[in-house]
Formats: sequence, structure tokens, C-alpha cells
Amino acid sequence: MLSFAYLENFGHSLGATCFLARPENTEQIAELFRLARKKGLKIALRGAGRSYNDAALNGGGIVLDLSRMNRILEWDPERGLLRAEPGVTLQQVWQHILPQGWWPPVVSGTMFTTLGGCLAANIHGKNNYHAGTIGEHVTEFKALLASGAEVTCTPKKNADLFYALISGLGLFGVFTSITLQMKRVHSGLLEVHAWPVPNLEKHLASLLENAPQYDYIVGWLDGTASGKGLGRGQIHAARHLPPGADPHPERTLRLDYQQLPATILGIFPKSLMPWLMRPFMHNWSVALINTGKYILGLRRQRYLQSHAAFHFLLDYIPSWERAYGQKGLIQYQSFLPKETAAEVWREMLRLSQKHGFPSYLGVTKRHRPDGFLFSHGVDGFSLALDFKVPARRRSELHALLQVFDRMVVEAGGRFYFAKNSETSAEIARAFWGEETLQRFRALKQRCDPYSILESDLARRILGQ
Amino acid sequence: MPRFTPPTPLTPYQRALIIGASSGIGEALARRLAAENYRLALLARRAERLQALCEELNQPEPRAIFYVHDVTHYQEVPTLLERILADLGGLDAVFYVAGLNEPPGGLDRYDFEKDRRMIETNLLGAMAWLDAIAPLFQQAGRGQIVGISSVAGERGRVGNPGYGASKAALTSYLESLRNRLTRHGVHVLTVKPGFVQTEMLKAAQKVFFPISAERAAGDIVRALKQRRQEIYTPWFWRYIMFILRNLPSPIFRRLTI
Repeated sequence: MLSFAYLENFGHSLGATCFLARPENTEQIAELFRLARKKGLKIALRGAGRSYNDAALNGGGIVLDLSRMNRILEWDPERGLLRAEPGVTLQQVWQHILPQGWWPPVVSGTMFTTLGGCLAANIHGKNNYHAGTIGEHVTEFKALLASGAEVTCTPKKNADLFYALISGLGLFGVFTSITLQMKRVHSGLLEVHAWPVPNLEKHLASLLENAPQYDYIVGWLDGTASGKGLGRGQIHAARHLPPGADPHPERTLRLDYQQLPATILGIFPKSLMPWLMRPFMHNWSVALINTGKYILGLRRQRYLQSHAAFHFLLDYIPSWERAYGQKGLIQYQSFLPKETAAEVWREMLRLSQKHGFPSYLGVTKRHRPDGFLFSHGVDGFSLALDFKVPARRRSELHALLQVFDRMVVEAGGRFYFAKNSETSAEIARAFWGEETLQRFRALKQRCDPYSILESDLARRILGQ
Repeated sequence: MPRFTPPTPLTPYQRALIIGASSGIGEALARRLAAENYRLALLARRAERLQALCEELNQPEPRAIFYVHDVTHYQEVPTLLERILADLGGLDAVFYVAGLNEPPGGLDRYDFEKDRRMIETNLLGAMAWLDAIAPLFQQAGRGQIVGISSVAGERGRVGNPGYGASKAALTSYLESLRNRLTRHGVHVLTVKPGFVQTEMLKAAQKVFFPISAERAAGDIVRALKQRRQEIYTPWFWRYIMFILRNLPSPIFRRLTI
């Protein structure tokens, strides 16, 4: 049942040897809980392994890979309610429901994440400002707690567990079935607007001002631009088409209409892209490429784009993370209130450039708070910065990120543990606050009295 | 529960298990690997020496945990290994350093008890540990196994038949592991030390150009990084042993080396 395996995070920057189990049903999970307790081993949960950090790693312990529990159990196309096992991916979900005119309420930048993973991290999408996190669209879930108890939770029933298991990083129990409310769509297309923003202040102001008028909004930020152009970029915002606006919805809702392009710029086969990109992943060449991208984006654009093509930008290039080379990449995403964001990020971008670690890709979004236990929501913005993990000077980048951590926390900011891989327990305590941690400990005692569920991430950010 | 904070992409470390770490090459390896930012599990019989070594290595931050274990208590291995894996948070490399050299005390003396002890420590202990670890590394498709054999295993010499036989068998066992595991991405290194200044050297009849345990440990760690298959430490033993290996038996059996 258990095999010894070397597992990595999505960015290939972390790995650990673990005992891997791939249960196919609830009974097998319960059996593994008993085994772990008998042997004194810890269990971490893993979905698709798409998180950038150590959330799905458990060095020397057991990792439950839930990707085999991937059945869609029920689909009600009248009401848009889908019930599925936790290993079902967003790809399975949208491909199952789109032809009937539905779309997942919240999606990540890749379609290969699993529902269980999405709930455990309580993911957000480009519509966070309107739709909140994915947890806000869960109508019911069933879970097997580490104590062995099976519970059914809704926002009303077992509400304390509902708001803790969602966002709970897999530390209370395993979701065994998840019911999600889908969103009605009247076309397979979105109306997309794109426009340039010349600096950080205008960038954030533009997100703030336009977020209420669009369903989705996301900014690309050129992490290599300095001086007057610091924080420049391009905003992409999209709206669902109202009923009747698409003359042929039955055609655009079909799956073959939603294919991602097979080649990049019409000539490069996308499977080769990571290797074609690798020689260009240096500070100066990325700066050049980003400048080119910015100039090309200077023209305002309006176009129609399929849902898949708009949402799953990360899937355009399979294994794009390989472009970052041997040591992989880390993604540093911080969430800041709208009042302090510009000041902190200006300093952050300036410092990263000064120390020779410009971010190769920056992404901004507009957010709002949510009511879940380990919430990353703020009334403000997020900025995700991709850094290539340097072969040398690693400790320097680590020290720099520690400085960033303090800047973010002091400005009332937060972090999101589907991504952040360097933050310490001290920082996590500072932004969650003692009250959240007490709530966590009380619930943990109730759901997992023998502390079976524990991941490398939990050991890092929650101490021992 | 692992006692070390998990590594992050920017603060990575490797995890190693050293069996026979209380003195000599094992102790020097522990210091060397700790300096290379490894997290270590140290095994040996002598608790006080291990504890002192751990205390030294755990400044300024925790790097080592010790376990008191006699390698001839083979039945303890599976449970202890499971605990070590959990405490270290995985395993990247294992060093089998435990070894015993008890000469029979003269060219005309034979002592089965001593021979049995040497086979048990030098060979069966290694088999007990590496038989448990090899399948894990094979499944994981990675890992490094280092066995300290000896130049003494290359020819049946008159001085200490039991020691020579135990090391010859260990060398052959390690070669088999290498041939089984290389295709699975696992690296196996056989180390053949000449004379190294350790407690074991007291047993040696003649000493020729001895080196310090630190220097031997340095050679071993370098070979580990280069993923070499076999090294002699110090290096010139490769050439000495080449000659001795190829010396015809009619000559060799008349010598007393």
C-alpha cells in the first residue's frame, strides 16, 4: 500500500522522500489513518501536487495522493450543482459542465489543480473581488476527520468545521465529497479588454477603479522595469457575455472551441517551449523581453476569448516551470490592503532589483476579505512575483524575502499558503493573530486528537 | 516528529544517516557533513561519545540526532529506520562506517569468536541496514549509499583472514548493490581506506603512510558529490593495490604482507 517516493513541489524547488499511498476510497483512507497512528507517522494530503510550496510534502512521513479519487458523482444541469470526489480536477469539472452552459465559480490559473486541493488552500481567481474564494461557492462537503469521524458540513450545519476545513491546508481531515454551485454562462466566450498601465500607482488605481465593472481582472507587472516605469504593466479585464450577445452559444460552448493553442506565436511547438525559453531566463534577457511585451501591449485592445484561453494562461506552455532551470522557481505572493500596497510594493520591487533578483513575472489582482480560518483575503490587492531560485546567492535571496515578509506584515498584509514557501512560523503568527491560532488548536484537538495530519508546510508555519 | 525545520527552496539541506559515528572516520564524516549543511542521524554503541558529538554539531542550530544502536542487533533495524526517516524528514544518503578489526594475534593463531564478531559487524550489520534502505532508495529513484570497505579485502593476506574476508565480502556486496541500483538512479560508493589514524589502527601490525580521519572524510565527501563508484583514500593505495592484486600467487603466498 505504501511506496517510498521522492515528491517535489510544482516549482521543482523542493523535494522530500515520503511514503506514498494512493487510496481509492474512504475505507482505505481510514485504514491509513489507523496505520499512521499505530506507527507514529504523520500524514500529509496531496492532490495534483500543483502548489508552489511544501503543502503536499511530508518528508519521512506518509503522503496520501488523492488523485485516484477522481469521480464526478452527481451533476444537476438544472440547478448547476456538481458533487465530486476530491481528486477531480478543474479540467474535469469545466469540461463536464460547459457544454450545458455552466462554468466553475472560481478557477486557478491552471486547470490541473484538484477540487480537494483548491478547497484546502481556499483558492481565489481573477474574480476574487466579486466572487470571493472557492469556499464561498461550496454548498456542502463530506469529510473524514483524522479522528475517524465522518462529518457533513454546510455553511449552516457544522459551520465551524465548514469554515476551517476549507482553507485548513489539509490539517483536519480529508474531503470525501464536495458539492459546488456552478455559474451560469450564456456563451463560451468572454469579452476581454486590455490596456497598458505606466507605473505602479496607475497600475493599482486602474485595478481599483475597474474591478467593479468587470467580472474578472488581472494585471501583468513588469518586475524588471525601474525608475519612472516601476510597476508598469498591462491589465486584462473580462466580462461574461449577457444572454443573446453570442449568436451561436451552442457552438462556442462546445469543448473543441475551448482548445488552447498548440503552438506559441504560431510556430513554436508548445512542448518545446520550456527548453527554448531556458537560455533566455537571465536578468538582462528577461528585462528585454518584458520591455518588448510592454511595448506590444501599449495599444488598447478589445477581443473575444474562450473561457479556457482566458483563465488557464499557465497551461499554454506545459511544464513552463522547467524554463526556470535546475533549481526551479519560487513564487512570492503578498496580499496588502489598498491603502499600503503601493508603498510596500514600490520598495519591494526596488529592493529586488537593487540586489540583483528582479522578478521575471509579476501578477496583480484585486481582492476582498473572506471569513475562513486561514484567510488570505484583504480589501486590497495581491502581487505574485516569480523568482528564479539562484544556484548561488540563495541565502541572500532568502534574507531579502525575510525583509519583504516583515514589510508586508507591518503594513497589515497577508500570505497565501498555496504559494508562499519561505515564510516562517513567526510571520504567520504575526498576521493570523493569536486568536486564529487558538481557534486552530481547539479545532485540531477536536478533529485530529493524535496529530496525525501534518505536512512540511504545517511544521514550517505552525511550529511544532 | 522531525525535529528540524523543513527545508525551503532557498534554505535547502540534505539528510544523511551515519552508522558507526562515535569515532574515527564516522565522526569525521559527521563533522564534515554538518559543515556542508546536512541534517544527520548518528548511530553507534557508545552513547556518551555520540551525545558529546551531537552537542558540538548542534551549535548554532540543530543538525544532528543520535541513536544508540549495536549493528549486530539486526532485528532492531526496521523500526529504528522508520523512526530515523520520520525524525530526519526523509533520507538522501547513508554511510555504513561501523567496522571491527580484531587480529587473531599471530600468523599461526586462529580465533573463531573474533572472526565471527568481525563478520557480524563488518558484513552482516551492513547487510541488515542496506538491505532495508536499498529498496526504499530504489522506489524513490534516488539516494546515495556509501560503504566503508578496505584495501584489506582485495587479497587474502596472512595477517588477519577474518577481517580480509569480511571486507572482501562487503566490497562484493556493495558492487552488487551498485549493479542493481544504478539503473534506478541510486548511487553506491565503495570506499577503500588504507591506513587511517583511528582506534582501529591500533590493531594494525605495520603502518604505512597513515592519514587523518578528517582527510579520509574529505575524500569521501568529495567522491560523494562527484558520484564516484569506488575510491581509495589516500589515493596512492589504488596503485599499490593494483600491484598487489596482480602479484602472482606463487610470489604472494611467500610474502608476509
